Amino acid sequence: MSLPRTAERERTVLSAKTSKRILILALVVVAAFVPQITGDQYYLSVAYQAEMLICLAIGLNIVVGYAGLLDLGFAAFFAIGAYTTAMLSTIDNWPILATIVPGILVAVVCSVIIGLPTLRLRSDYLAIVTLGFGEIIQTIANNLGPTGGPTGIYGIPTLSIGSIVIQSAASYYYVFFILMVIFVFFSLRLRSSRIGRAWLCIREDEDAAQAMGIKIHRYKLYAYMGGAVMGSITGSLYAPALSAISPPSFGFSESLLILMAVAIGGMGSVWGAILGGGIVVILPEAFRQFSQARLLVFGFMLIVIMMTRPQGLFPEGGFRGTFSRLRRRTRDSSDLKSASANSHEVRLSTIETEEVS
Amino acid sequence: MVYGILRLINFAHGDFFMAAAFVSYTILGALAVGKAHMPWFTVLWVGLLVMILTGLLAVLANRLIYHPMRRAALLSLMIAALGLSQVLENGVLNIPGWGSSFLTYPVTSPPNGFTLGQSHFSWFQLIIVIISGVLALGVYFLVSRTLLGKAMRAVAEDRIAAALMGINVDLVIAIVFFIGGALAGAAAVMTGVYYGQINYLMGWTVGLEAFTAAVLGGIGNIGGAMLGGVVLGIAQSVGTGWFGAEWAIVVTFVVLVLLLWLRPTGILGEHVARRM
Repeated sequence: MSLPRTAERERTVLSAKTSKRILILALVVVAAFVPQITGDQYYLSVAYQAEMLICLAIGLNIVVGYAGLLDLGFAAFFAIGAYTTAMLSTIDNWPILATIVPGILVAVVCSVIIGLPTLRLRSDYLAIVTLGFGEIIQTIANNLGPTGGPTGIYGIPTLSIGSIVIQSAASYYYVFFILMVIFVFFSLRLRSSRIGRAWLCIREDEDAAQAMGIKIHRYKLYAYMGGAVMGSITGSLYAPALSAISPPSFGFSESLLILMAVAIGGMGSVWGAILGGGIVVILPEAFRQFSQARLLVFGFMLIVIMMTRPQGLFPEGGFRGTFSRLRRRTRDSSDLKSASANSHEVRLSTIETEEVS
Repeated sequence: MVYGILRLINFAHGDFFMAAAFVSYTILGALAVGKAHMPWFTVLWVGLLVMILTGLLAVLANRLIYHPMRRAALLSLMIAALGLSQVLENGVLNIPGWGSSFLTYPVTSPPNGFTLGQSHFSWFQLIIVIISGVLALGVYFLVSRTLLGKAMRAVAEDRIAAALMGINVDLVIAIVFFIGGALAGAAAVMTGVYYGQINYLMGWTVGLEAFTAAVLGGIGNIGGAMLGGVVLGIAQSVGTGWFGAEWAIVVTFVVLVLLLWLRPTGILGEHVARRM
């Protein structure tokens, strides 16, 4: 009886895998043709902002989702990338693509400065310090000469690759689309790599991970750096897309928005980050007239999701994983029930024997 | 204090403070209608009422959010606390009559006072110092000398063992939340009267600075928290004197990062076992 069951299970698993692949492929194809379907500039700009937030969410997902570190100042790395690109391209006339590298370098240096002392401590210190780091970066941007102060930097040249000049919303849609695909690819590969498995291990049980010989401190720093690099790259491309940047777009609310995208979608899940990023950008656009209540609604969503579904809307194992987990839980509870019924019978019988004796 | 016992950064704590400021603003505003001068004992009574209300708000938050989540991961708890903080801030923002602008507090402190040596102090500054001192001493005695305080320390140390010893852990946690909220309420009324204006974002910075002070002094140590507050205050005034007022928050966090690097347990720190 057990043999056909395993065969059946294997078959369903296989078909699940292929159907998932087909679904992803179909989504990618649909997403790739969005500019052809709608030429509307407004929709396109919302769409590429959503993609940008998704890129950031994928980066933060490495820190929060994979390694389980709460980073409340993720927008700081976004700002570092954007400001490095903006300053180098407007003052020193660097081409945009060349500015990505120094942006990454600055982000890595900052992440080491912040990460080295705090990652050794309890994770809630990291939350506070990263929060402070976000504020520091915003204050620096607000008050230093080269960053343009509160007005920010404007007149950032557009992105050009070779002789192709990228200017329209549709072409930026494709730029962020490609970036998103690259990020998804890298984070999925990272996840199944040695480093990624170490991260998941640390997240699940730090002491056990350490006992297994994982250098916790070093791997946490890697996660923090990885997130920083992704944030910085996204920032470097954000600057030319908007052609003007100013400090308010890199404040705590931006960090919070990215964190919400990760938490709503499902921590640790790349697909969840994509879904969450889409929700966080598109939902408020759809309900523009209630824009003041936007964060109120998101706050409620965060609480409710953390209470009822801490794994997010689209958790790590995918929906199928959740279903099988649910099924297992119901089976366990039914087992328990029958077990307790049995013990009840046993108790009854002992009472009877006692009475007899 | 809540942090010391629950080992949870309550991001919403600063927003309890903010909500208390707004509630007291409305109550005092309603009482002040048609009166030129507000008698001081009325302010005191309103202050007590607001303390109770904020304490109840904190208990409610505990009951609705933190209590059902007490077995959840620390990460989910922190994110839920952030969510609550957003709900409170934006809730206040969307209530008509409160909104986003700075509001003038209905009661302000009179500038008259006394001169001691070179500096001039107003009576109200003295009152603030006295009230804060009394409250801090009260909390200190409560935690270190009473049976309830002993129960609190036991819960902080090991929740399961405390429960096994017959301590009603849920009740103790609720009381801790109530006291923490009430203290935030008292601070809110004093701040409102002293600075004369309130804003829906006021809780955030205050909460952060309070936490930094607590870490500076050593967590779970009330004397340390006070010392940390003083050190942070000095560092901030020296730092802003050098660099200008807009760098205050930078100074705060540079001090925090340096401290975490050099002395992770705080100035008067006790050893805190690592969790998570």
